[in-house]
Amino acid sequence: MVEALLLFPDPAPPALAQALDMAGYPWKAVATPQAAERLEPDDGWSGAVVCADAESEAAFALCRAVRKRDVPLAPLLLIVTADQLSELELREDLFDDFCVTPWRGQEMDARLGHLFWRTGRGTRPDLVEYGPLVLNLETYQASLVGRPLDLTYMEYELLKFLATHPGKVFTRETLLSRVWGYEYYGGARTVDVHIRRLRAKLGEEQANLISTVRSVGYRFGQSRWGA
Amino acid sequence: MEHPPVTNLAAVERQQDYVLRTVEERGVRFIQMWFTDVLGTPKSFQITPAELENALEEGMTFDGSTIDGFSRVQESDVLAMPDAKTFQLLPYLADGHPVARVVCDVVNLDGSPFEGDPRQVLRRTLERARSHGFSFFVAPELEYFYFARPDGPPGERPPIPLDHGSYFDLTTQDLASQLRRETVLTLEDMGIPVEYSQHEDAPSQHEIDLRYTDAMTMADTVMTVRMVVKDVAARHDVMATFMPKPLSGVQGSGMHTHMSLFDGDTNAFYDDGDAYNLSPVARRFIAGVLAHARELTAVTNQWVNSYKRLIVGYEAPVYISWARNNRSALVRVPPTKKGKRDSTRIEYRAPDSAANPYLAFASVLAAGLTGIENEYELAPEAAANLYELSPAQRLAEGIEALPGSLSEAVDVMERSEIMAEVLGEHVFEWFVRNKRAEWADYKSEVTTFEWRRYLTSL
Repeated sequence: MVEALLLFPDPAPPALAQALDMAGYPWKAVATPQAAERLEPDDGWSGAVVCADAESEAAFALCRAVRKRDVPLAPLLLIVTADQLSELELREDLFDDFCVTPWRGQEMDARLGHLFWRTGRGTRPDLVEYGPLVLNLETYQASLVGRPLDLTYMEYELLKFLATHPGKVFTRETLLSRVWGYEYYGGARTVDVHIRRLRAKLGEEQANLISTVRSVGYRFGQSRWGA
Repeated sequence: MEHPPVTNLAAVERQQDYVLRTVEERGVRFIQMWFTDVLGTPKSFQITPAELENALEEGMTFDGSTIDGFSRVQESDVLAMPDAKTFQLLPYLADGHPVARVVCDVVNLDGSPFEGDPRQVLRRTLERARSHGFSFFVAPELEYFYFARPDGPPGERPPIPLDHGSYFDLTTQDLASQLRRETVLTLEDMGIPVEYSQHEDAPSQHEIDLRYTDAMTMADTVMTVRMVVKDVAARHDVMATFMPKPLSGVQGSGMHTHMSLFDGDTNAFYDDGDAYNLSPVARRFIAGVLAHARELTAVTNQWVNSYKRLIVGYEAPVYISWARNNRSALVRVPPTKKGKRDSTRIEYRAPDSAANPYLAFASVLAAGLTGIENEYELAPEAAANLYELSPAQRLAEGIEALPGSLSEAVDVMERSEIMAEVLGEHVFEWFVRNKRAEWADYKSEVTTFEWRRYLTSL
């Protein structure tokens, strides 16, 4: 399993969070250098995406903190507005690459992919496996006990999101904002509809891969606490 | 599902990428482009994977003048624009190389929505609901019959219910349960969860209940279900039909439609304080549907044959009224369990299984919205079984009847402003013209009824 990316600010800008989810990068939002320290995974951050367009002071402070460590955090992708480009001068050591807003999901994806390749560290996982379920993030294909699942695009995205966060309970609102990401005709009921469709496709035997947590939301796989 | 008002370019690109990769990975040979004509007949043409990328970006041109209700005076070419979100492999055609389908919007060559496209009619009405903050959810119950496949051309003889067929190796019970099993499995493979039941009262009649979704997805789903049911039956040499009233003397095939409006996550039909748990929004919606029921019947019941279902005595509605637990009412408010606020809904019982689901959902929704916008008062619920009231009693209660024939329904519709608005000028005019022609054809026909009744006695 690949470790999470550090993402600034906290809470994460929804569009950015969604782009990273779609691209298959796990991430954790961080607001301060202290939080970066405290929340760091055991094997270290896999990299960082720092969005400086709203709070540039705090953003650069965070970059400085994580780059001045004994082992500097890399790769670091900085997101700035066109007006901020002049602020990059003399700060070249604080980042490995940058994007200018409005950025595109595909550009973000390409730049991160390139940075990871250059630094030779693990990239995002291409395969997500959970019990009999396998998702190939490269080819968008899902299979269950070796049998391919014919999913629509949104069913695939929902299953991918759930399967990359096993054991965690998500509210319908969270799933809607993280998977759909934009305002939707159906509101949160859309989530229920898609969960039902997914369960139908998973078939009777595997339908319980996704469990309903009463009056909270949905969970993929077993609870972390074994409940 | 539905496009957001602001198109998210990255998301659209990713959806297209998903479709293209899936076609490549799964070795899909053909992609069916699905759309629907004004009468609700499924239409499609096939493209190859090589054409797909271009089709997703620019659409595929076809000649609209060959499609019922698409013809226009000058320009006949239109574009089928695939809705990538609806891309789905077809499990029931998978012998070797899989075939996929994608539902299309029909647009003009300049990219504007084509006014003859039923999906466009529904989308416009959903936008109107959305401007009030509402999303519209529907859950239809589709009834249909299985008949033995006729020897000669279909339609020459009365249909033969399966129970009277001659299936030597399978009892009809076995055959029905096999058809049911295959239909349910096929639909589930397509992500359509269903409840299925067999009717006791009419021979070979079956019912598929669909779980609620937003109305656009549901209209696409109804089209899919009708095709799967017919296809599975045909593979067993059985004919499935959604004809509203295929046999006299037994009940016909309805599409009772459960409906609710949601304001975000809140069921706008629910009210704690009301004795029936109905909110003012629900009451005005019902009042709107009842007030305009006669005008929209030509759409929810669009065939000559539809009116042979809407008669007294077969659990089909005839009189315009509402009630909680009275199956003779046109609008029923099903009782919900305490605390189940999300399931508060209304059931509109007139539509039949052969309606165009896009136009039918749009019409009923528009009538309900008209009630909300103009704050219609809801009359008290119908107390008694309406079939048992005398005509004088019904008159005293102010209870009107639905149109008794296609001809009457079209007359009422033609004078309706709300129907012209919901369908749009193009569909409205074509529909009225087409239905008048159907009625004229029917009227010129001498029927078995007349021979039986008059030939010797007169």
